[in-house]
Amino acid sequence: MKNQVLIAAAAAAAIVTAPAITAPVAAESVKVGYMQGFAGGRGIFGRYGFEGFELALDHLGGKFGGMDVELTKKDTQHKPDVGRSVMNEFIKKERVNFVAGITWSNVLAAVWKQAARSKTYLISANAGWSGMAGKNCNPYYFQASWNNDMIPEAMGKLMKKEGIKDVFELSANYQAGKDMLSGFNRQYQAPTKGKILYKLGNNDWQAEISQIRATKPSAIFGFLPGGMGVSFMKQYKAAGLDKTVKLYTVYTVDYGTIRAHGTNAIGSYHTTFWNSDAKTATNQKFIKDYIKKYGKHPSMFSVQGYDAALLIDLGVKGSKGNLKDHKAITTAMRTADIKSPRGKFTYNVNHSPIQNYYKREVIADADGKPKIVVRGMVAEMAKDSHYKKCKMAW
Amino acid sequence: MLGTHGVLGMTLLLLIEQFLNGMQFGVFLFLISAGLTLVLGIMNVVNLAHGSLYMLGAYFASTFFGLTGSLIVSLVLMIPVMLLVGILIELVVLRTLYERDHMDQVLATFGLILFFNELVRIIWGVEAQPLTLPMWLSGNVEILPDAPYPVYRLVIIGVGMAVAAGLFWMITKTRMGMLIRAGASNRPMVGALGINIRFLYTMVFGLGAVFAGLAGLMAAPLQSVESGIGEDMLIFAFVVIVIGGIGSIRGALVASLIIGIFETVGRSILPVLMLEIVDSEAAQTAGPALASMLVYILMAVILFFKPQGLFPARTG
Repeated sequence: MKNQVLIAAAAAAAIVTAPAITAPVAAESVKVGYMQGFAGGRGIFGRYGFEGFELALDHLGGKFGGMDVELTKKDTQHKPDVGRSVMNEFIKKERVNFVAGITWSNVLAAVWKQAARSKTYLISANAGWSGMAGKNCNPYYFQASWNNDMIPEAMGKLMKKEGIKDVFELSANYQAGKDMLSGFNRQYQAPTKGKILYKLGNNDWQAEISQIRATKPSAIFGFLPGGMGVSFMKQYKAAGLDKTVKLYTVYTVDYGTIRAHGTNAIGSYHTTFWNSDAKTATNQKFIKDYIKKYGKHPSMFSVQGYDAALLIDLGVKGSKGNLKDHKAITTAMRTADIKSPRGKFTYNVNHSPIQNYYKREVIADADGKPKIVVRGMVAEMAKDSHYKKCKMAW
Repeated sequence: MLGTHGVLGMTLLLLIEQFLNGMQFGVFLFLISAGLTLVLGIMNVVNLAHGSLYMLGAYFASTFFGLTGSLIVSLVLMIPVMLLVGILIELVVLRTLYERDHMDQVLATFGLILFFNELVRIIWGVEAQPLTLPMWLSGNVEILPDAPYPVYRLVIIGVGMAVAAGLFWMITKTRMGMLIRAGASNRPMVGALGINIRFLYTMVFGLGAVFAGLAGLMAAPLQSVESGIGEDMLIFAFVVIVIGGIGSIRGALVASLIIGIFETVGRSILPVLMLEIVDSEAAQTAGPALASMLVYILMAVILFFKPQGLFPARTG
């Protein structure tokens, strides 16, 4: 599954304005490895991420920092061990300068050391394992997305602010699922009517729905990623639970899943870092061009992939063509001075974004179809709760 | 013990409701297992791709529903399509495998799983496909006080029971059923009597595919329609037919109900039960983990006492 794309100089010729920087070592090109899980239903995150990455490269005229790009894409099959061998190949065989991608925290945990030891830049376009925000932070790792707890923390804050007096918590029985709950509770700090840690891959929810109904909570806080979220939402609606219990989710509803959720998602709330309704020129152009290129609305994962590419561009620009000048690259990337569709964000000491989080709601549009709308900011320039454990010097 | 305060924080009413949920899940499992037990018991073919046929049923349901807006029309369209898919698989892949070892069949049908998972991604894309419950099926009835029950789940029970009755009638009362049973116990003899056994097997496999497709169609309004959904269901289906006795429709029905109830009631009670023994954090983690093992423990126990399953089929 080797998909090597050589963006030739010909692409650059098509652009009206030539890049301002002329690299001193013109023959050299930036080598980039993109690794993410693309297989199966879970491959949706990787696909959106890579599409965003490709779109950014288009917007940059096929060049990073004015230099030609050699991009290699590889599939990690969602497995840490495959991730390790892909990373190994990127470092030893392809000799890449930058690696981007990675959907899952367990894959990130398996590969980050290889990158750091070989002084290869690693930009996570999704996985936000807290280990990287804490003691494993290093000059070669940058987070283009968020830290795992941040979105549930924003949700906890939102539900507290809205005066939801009690919740029923629903999360998956594995590490990230528990992190979601601790992040949520860190901010929510109110009684819970009950908690279920379900088995990953669960798809019949009637037993859980009966249990939730019996405790009569005001709302549900749910971490229900992918297909599990789709099936939960269908059954929640079919059981008529939506009439009495509000639904607040994280990593469940997004542009990638909204078509599958259909009208079932209408009336539910979620939090995310991307103000998809922002009228800024950058955001509008991003959405318009993405729809034009891929025939579908970008998801939050596309934004993350897009920004990962922009960060590489920023680093290469900072190096002024000398890719061995790691100090210059790191310094440049730390400014986070990119035109992100999410708007302005800055980097904390641990290279984790300090950014806004928003409340979004799914409503019915004029045709009765589901539509995601942003309902204001929940957390402004929020920091993750791990950065104090990071001892990196800037 | 089951007073108004309930046992272990669970009220009697909730427990009854969970039993009902379990039975409903059981009937759904039967829908999936019926075709599998037919093919394995009668044709002696291990068909791992049964889950893929279930998945295809769900995808066809989504597509046909999108085109016609009617679940019933989708059902009518789905049946011949799934029959055709089943017949094609039988002709192209399985026909050469009857004389071979079970291991070869496992390999070939496992290959089919990978093939179909990739195929639906190529045809329909990675995103889960839309299918929302039509209005007339989305109501609720109050069977138990304070616990409205989705009408659609009652429809699943109805369809499952109809399939069970229909299959039972076909196997025991019709000429086709008689031939199927005869073919299962002595294939060369039936052939020698001038019956086209090849055609018969093709039809049985097609029928199995239709049942898998039907289960997929029934599941689609309640579950996510995406690549790979068949595999989780396949494991349950195999547990069901092994417990029930391979090839026995009655066994599949009884085993489905047992598994459904055990799984559902178990996973709602166990975490609460665990709380009595260990502290909250451990119970929250170990409870669901243990609940997901429950079905396999049950299978081991049943097989220890009845190695042939609960209703050993009287076939070869």
